[in-house]
Amino acid sequence: MAARKTVKKPNVSSEELQQIYHDMLMIRRFEEKAGQLYGMGLIGGFCHLYIGQEAVVVGLEAACQDGDKRVTSYRDHGHMLACGMNPKGVMAELTGREGGYSKGKGGSMHMFSKEKHFYGGHGIVGAQVPIGAGLALADKYLENGRVTFTYFGDGAANQGQIYETFNMAALWQLPVIFVIENNQYAMGTAQKRSTSTPELYTRGAAFGIPGDAVDGMDVLKVKSAGTKAVMHCRAGKGPYILEVKTYRYRGHSMSDPAKYRTREEVQKMREERDPIEQVKGILLTGKHASDDDLKSIDKDIKDLINAAAEFAKESSEPGVSELWTDIYAE
Amino acid sequence: MATEILMPALSPTMEEGTLAKWLVKEGDTVTSGTILAEIETDKATMDFEAISDGIIGKILIPAGTEGVKVNSPIAVLLEDNEKIEDVSLDSDIANSESVAEAETNIPSQFFQTITQTATQIDNTPDWPDGTPLKQQTVREALRDAMAEEMRHDPTVLLMGEEVAEYQGAYKVSQGLLDEFGETRVMDTPITEHGFTGIAVGAAFGGLRPIVEFMTFNFAMQAIDQIINSAAKTLYMSGGQMGAPMVFRGPNGAAARVAAQHSQDYASWYSHIPGLRVVIPYSASDAKGLLKTAIRDPNPVIFMENEILYGKSFDVPELSNFTVPLGKARVWREGSDVTIVSFGIGMQYALEASEKLLEEGIKAEVIDLRTLRPMDTGSVIQSVMKTNRCVTVEEGWPQNSIGSYISSILMQEAFDYLDAPVINCTGKDVPMPYASNLEKLALVTTAEVIDAVKHVTYR
Ligand SMILES: Cc1ncc(C[n+]2csc(CCOP(=O)(O)OP(=O)(O)O)c2C)c(N)n1
Ligand SMILES: [Mg+2]
Repeated sequence: MAARKTVKKPNVSSEELQQIYHDMLMIRRFEEKAGQLYGMGLIGGFCHLYIGQEAVVVGLEAACQDGDKRVTSYRDHGHMLACGMNPKGVMAELTGREGGYSKGKGGSMHMFSKEKHFYGGHGIVGAQVPIGAGLALADKYLENGRVTFTYFGDGAANQGQIYETFNMAALWQLPVIFVIENNQYAMGTAQKRSTSTPELYTRGAAFGIPGDAVDGMDVLKVKSAGTKAVMHCRAGKGPYILEVKTYRYRGHSMSDPAKYRTREEVQKMREERDPIEQVKGILLTGKHASDDDLKSIDKDIKDLINAAAEFAKESSEPGVSELWTDIYAE
Repeated sequence: MATEILMPALSPTMEEGTLAKWLVKEGDTVTSGTILAEIETDKATMDFEAISDGIIGKILIPAGTEGVKVNSPIAVLLEDNEKIEDVSLDSDIANSESVAEAETNIPSQFFQTITQTATQIDNTPDWPDGTPLKQQTVREALRDAMAEEMRHDPTVLLMGEEVAEYQGAYKVSQGLLDEFGETRVMDTPITEHGFTGIAVGAAFGGLRPIVEFMTFNFAMQAIDQIINSAAKTLYMSGGQMGAPMVFRGPNGAAARVAAQHSQDYASWYSHIPGLRVVIPYSASDAKGLLKTAIRDPNPVIFMENEILYGKSFDVPELSNFTVPLGKARVWREGSDVTIVSFGIGMQYALEASEKLLEEGIKAEVIDLRTLRPMDTGSVIQSVMKTNRCVTVEEGWPQNSIGSYISSILMQEAFDYLDAPVINCTGKDVPMPYASNLEKLALVTTAEVIDAVKHVTYR
């Protein structure tokens, strides 16, 4: 067969590609700003940045419909922005202010939006996985045709409750997509040091759950894998596993000495595989956007993020009485 | 406009650090993400990255400087068309946004943390006089409560091990599968951690699950989901979403099942803000409180007792009979001593009060029924009248419910006490198997009688 270089046409419109670029860049700029505010002491505690992993949530959000649900771990800023939550409310939660999604009482790791069907934001590694299956159980019970995206990490993938959940999700045919964001590290532990078999997408095999491995730096591949998984779930065929191979550029949380990997490893990933640069390439070479279009997107995002940071600084701390509210529902 | 690059805080506690090494030099072009410097704290060395694009105009703090304060300027970043010569360092630099540590005034919450004394005991009976009554076992009362609530609300479902086809490990869910079908009465695999998390998710998603634990001993495998996910989410979400659900099953010692199957978890769960904790003794309370628990928009721990399942009590024949949470029940009025108990402890409390009456000691016996919120007002009011108190429970002594009540009485009724409060509890040992040792390990009626005589100086 004659070697012919084919440029695969993306199965998305110019408009959608621009939106994807916008959303990924928005997450990156948001996270950079969060890192900056952390450095200034405006954000406290743990703060886990999503930089490098943007294609995962943006690709999967492009595969879902209104009303579908999502739940994830503490590395949650990207998921919230991708599902349409307001950057102001997210940033103000990071700074612990009353304008935050949880009125400042949840912080970076614990945020929720009923309106956007975002069910947290969970600080206990793996705990969100049965919760995601439970959301799917509710959807199946209520017969509303919804699908739940349940995100967790390569480290979380070794938690026992995940396999308990796989069993029940398969047994009860729950419409849940388990998204394993394999960024290759759990804090300072490289995946091969913690995991007996590296192919996490096969972890459902014992329960009869199909799984795919996906290049998580390529947003369009993520989207098509997501679309396939969503179709499977909506057709009533039960759960699906996506192992999305990605990479986090920053430390595990802000205070991470990052001595478990080389600077070169990170640099190489940034230079050769960056998910945002890849979309930018497709946009420009495919003439889906001009340089000027991208500049104006960049500027819009800069304004959006600056406004979010401003809001997060200006918003007041929660009132003293907030200490005692929201413990019980009436 | 030129901007200052500030010494970052790399952890919440960092106040200063060493600027170990610069990885860029003046004149270098940097983009967001370029590593600028290595910064050392007492804990670690970390890379410090640029957060915006530009040219390093000037390095203000040389490599190797120790004790650089967080938020002090360490370099100047120029935009593409700027020159460092044109920037006057103190006036032209964009606000470096250093955050002054706001001196926050933390008002004392002391008066919020002491309990409010109820002005009078709410003595309204659980059902009106003249209501027809029937004898029912606790087991039947629990089943009826679930069935009635499931008829009334289609989002209520029951899940747990052996709840459906087997009709319940202790036959509490007898007949529910037949009436409601397998979507609403779900047998689960033996995976407490997993199915509890699934139930919490289902509650977030709009259902009202009742989770049956075969016994509360096994709920220890699920306690993370109960506390971290179910109890705390309403608070962590600023009131947006919570877990309206019930966790129920037998708690405490059964008979001759030894250490791993015989623990009382009352004080464990009563410790947790965000949970409601209910522990009925009688059949009418089992029914009325379980119905209220299922309707409650919060996660409720509902503790039953295997030994009480078969015991019969009067239950009112009312179509919509409920008992409010947080209201104690006075089983017997008396003037000499207050005996406070709950759950199976009531058996010893009531038996003791009868025997004491034969000796002329009139005990007031209070069944807390709900441990969270706890009707401490009723206890305080009673002790103000009797001036003496004995608490009775099966759990271990350290951090028991009794020790909490003792501290409340010390704070709220110190001047009314004529004797120190005594806590009758299970012994501070794992439950032994041998019949004689098991009897010794449990709290007994004789011990309650001794304690009452002790506080009444008889
Ligand atoms: C049950 C539990 N154990 C330990 C921790 C501490 N911890 C927080 S994140 C983390 C690593 C998780 O790594 P991974 O699942 O790969 O997710 P990533 O951080 O890479 O997104 C650990 C050990 C925790 N939060 N919960
Ligand atoms: Mg990881």
